[in-house]
Amino acid sequence: MSVDSAVVRRIAHLSRIAVEENEVERLRGELNAILAFVETLAEVDVEGVDPIASVLPMQMKKRADVVTDGGIADEVLANAPVKEDHYFVVPKVIE
Amino acid sequence: MSDLTHLSLADARDALKSKKISAVELTKAHLGAMESARALNCFITETPELALAQAQASDEKLASGQAGPLEGLPLGIKDLYCSKGVRTTAASRILSNFTPPYESTVSGNLIRDGAVTLGKLNLDEFAMGSSNETSAFGPVISPWKRHGDPDAKIVPGGSSGGSSAAVAAHLCLGATATDTGGSIRQPAAFTGTVGVKPTYGRCSRWGIVAFASSLDQAGPITRTVRDAAIMLRSMAGHDPKDTTSVDAPVPDYEKAIGASVKGRRIGVPKEYRLDGISDEIAAFWDQGVAWLKEAGAEIVEISLPHTKYALPTYYIIAPAEASSNLARYDGVRYGLREQGRDITDMYEKTRAKGFGAEVRRRIMIGTYVLSAGYYDAYYVRAQKVRSLIKRDFDTVFAAGVDAVLTPATPSTAFAQGEQGSTDPVEMYLNDVFTVTVNMAGLPGIAVPGGLAANGLPLGLQLIGRPFDEETLFSLAHAIEAAAPKFDFPQPWWR
Repeated sequence: MSVDSAVVRRIAHLSRIAVEENEVERLRGELNAILAFVETLAEVDVEGVDPIASVLPMQMKKRADVVTDGGIADEVLANAPVKEDHYFVVPKVIE
Repeated sequence: MSDLTHLSLADARDALKSKKISAVELTKAHLGAMESARALNCFITETPELALAQAQASDEKLASGQAGPLEGLPLGIKDLYCSKGVRTTAASRILSNFTPPYESTVSGNLIRDGAVTLGKLNLDEFAMGSSNETSAFGPVISPWKRHGDPDAKIVPGGSSGGSSAAVAAHLCLGATATDTGGSIRQPAAFTGTVGVKPTYGRCSRWGIVAFASSLDQAGPITRTVRDAAIMLRSMAGHDPKDTTSVDAPVPDYEKAIGASVKGRRIGVPKEYRLDGISDEIAAFWDQGVAWLKEAGAEIVEISLPHTKYALPTYYIIAPAEASSNLARYDGVRYGLREQGRDITDMYEKTRAKGFGAEVRRRIMIGTYVLSAGYYDAYYVRAQKVRSLIKRDFDTVFAAGVDAVLTPATPSTAFAQGEQGSTDPVEMYLNDVFTVTVNMAGLPGIAVPGGLAANGLPLGLQLIGRPFDEETLFSLAHAIEAAAPKFDFPQPWWR
């Protein structure tokens, strides 16, 4: 399988990465090189093989459903690029 | 002692305990080495004040008999490990102003045990790369030089290139690193150092910037096998904050150093004898086999039939997980933000500016293989092939093989700009011998075996059973003892 420039633009948008028009052709070539490289997996017989779930035979541990942390809003917000009081600020999303 | 930076971690530990040196002296020697090696670009952030304060506290603990196992030993921390109150970048522009209010579990374990932290080591951006050329803070230059080529800037490998170069240049006694497809073992092999990728679950991933969560594992890079054993013991252990970390006792790995390897069965996988493997690497591998045989190990040829599919499988699974993990960098809660006309435009501009080319490429590949219509053909199929790759190892270990011996890398280190500039896949092939280990969650160690004809280091890799790092340390030590001794480069960078 290989991708065309429309698919490159669609993947970029799904990835939420802005792509300039003059980058599309180069990206198309690079993505197709990688896709050609992984194409070889099509020849493996995977009939009856389960997709791997975990490399170790272990049960997912569950912790008690109790509050162990909190009350640190200042720390949570310390690295926010834009904040107001104890809120993260984003561009308007509802008209 | 003339130069304290030339002590091994174990010897420095013993000298501190016997009060021959102080932690402050040892730390100052390393801070001096770090400052005079800025030309190598190993560190993204230096923390000399923090290191000196830690060293003073260590000297007090050493004096009062309360010293931890790593008391007063100066280490470097890969800048993928969150450090409380210290900028942590993952070598990305998107995190160039991120200061975590918490400490990663593994670096916290080292600090708990008394380690002195000199600063944050450079790496490939988000640990995606094999040469340290993708860092937003510039490439790391290896202290090594190729014969007859004094101007070439040799790469230290990647992604843990700051770690491997800093250890090889004697800027720190050891360094933390991480390995998703070979990012500890390949840079160790390129710099003549020892690198350990522990069993998946041996070390907590909590507080380490995530790349591909089912593959990522923390481990040490050091100059000797014993030093790696000492560091790993402190790094490893159960952490309730990482559900994949294993609740099992951590052995005293140092006790495995010097243990007999007589009668150990070493598998040599025929599929690793790739077409196009150089004669020098093939001969070096044979030499490694001979060293273990002389040490009393039994050599058996084995088959790992799905080896050639490991790298393509990796380049579906790792980008898929990365695209999901890196979705968090959205310009809202932390990191860079670029203004946009609406929220989607803000996300897209932030991520376009914040991520470098390799990271953008991998996010896009990951997004594609997870997208509707392609998920089964790519992602699910890759997860099935991963089961087969793991089954290959299960079969070999069930047949009584104790460890597998391979070359660590298909070549010695190359120079900046020599690989991957036109085709990204060329760079990916660096991990051809190491990536199977991550796919199967196994422990692996890279150990130096001498120098190639071009003057650059060669490394061997040993792969072990799950949670049997001890056997790897014993075998790697046997190789270290048998291999020709070499000197690390003289400090031309000062």
